[in-house]
Amino acid sequence: MEYWNAFWVGGLICVIGQILIDKTKLTSARILVLFVVSGCILGGIGIYEPIKEYAGAGATVPLTGFGYLLSKGVKEEIDAVGALGILTGGLKAAAGGISAAVLFAFFASLLANPKEK
Amino acid sequence: MKTNEEAKRKYEEMVKNASPNSPILKNCVIAFFSGGLICTFGQFLLNFYQNNQFSAEDAATLTSVTLIFISSVLTALGIYPKLGKHCGAGTIVPITGFSNSVTSPAIEFKKEGMVLGVGAKMFLVAGPVLVYGILASMLVGVFYYFGGR
Repeated sequence: MEYWNAFWVGGLICVIGQILIDKTKLTSARILVLFVVSGCILGGIGIYEPIKEYAGAGATVPLTGFGYLLSKGVKEEIDAVGALGILTGGLKAAAGGISAAVLFAFFASLLANPKEK
Repeated sequence: MKTNEEAKRKYEEMVKNASPNSPILKNCVIAFFSGGLICTFGQFLLNFYQNNQFSAEDAATLTSVTLIFISSVLTALGIYPKLGKHCGAGTIVPITGFSNSVTSPAIEFKKEGMVLGVGAKMFLVAGPVLVYGILASMLVGVFYYFGGR
């Protein structure tokens, strides 16, 4: 059941992105920015948490989940250390993913060459 | 310059030819299934890590890292861009798309050097995502600190 929930909620979030691409001609970079900011705001006002509880990876794997993670990190850090958490919480929570992306991209750039188009 | 304009014209032709063949409904169905499957796989990883004694938070981080790794490898092999052509938002919106957006320009611009090529262009798309993500998180933090707690 949790696989089904992850599947259809995750799929639906991607459909929203697809509609934006087809209807507004937004570039994928703008879609990604929009999704992260939306996820962060939805997380901030407490709407994303129940979606995550219901859909699991269906809510955390899309980029909105990355935004949610930022908002969650900020809140937890504020609870722990106070106002300084406003500055440190977001990136702290997202550090693993960002560092991993940098590391793997770096190695990929060493090992792979641009493909002929 | 000439090749640039030629490329531009070719691209516009390509867009013209491709557009009528990609009706929005079909795109949405493909995005739904491809995006859904990536999330289902994510759920599998999440369960796997949780069953192996990682906390919920660590399991979520490991799931992201694993997906980022797989997507980075598929990008380096030239497979992810091909998937992306067919799947549209289904491969852009998940975190694998974010990873692709970091790895792809890192490879593409390696000719421009390790610093201004790989190092700088890596964040061509991820940079703005992080900038606005961080700003949004600070906005959330300000409201949370002064009001929402």
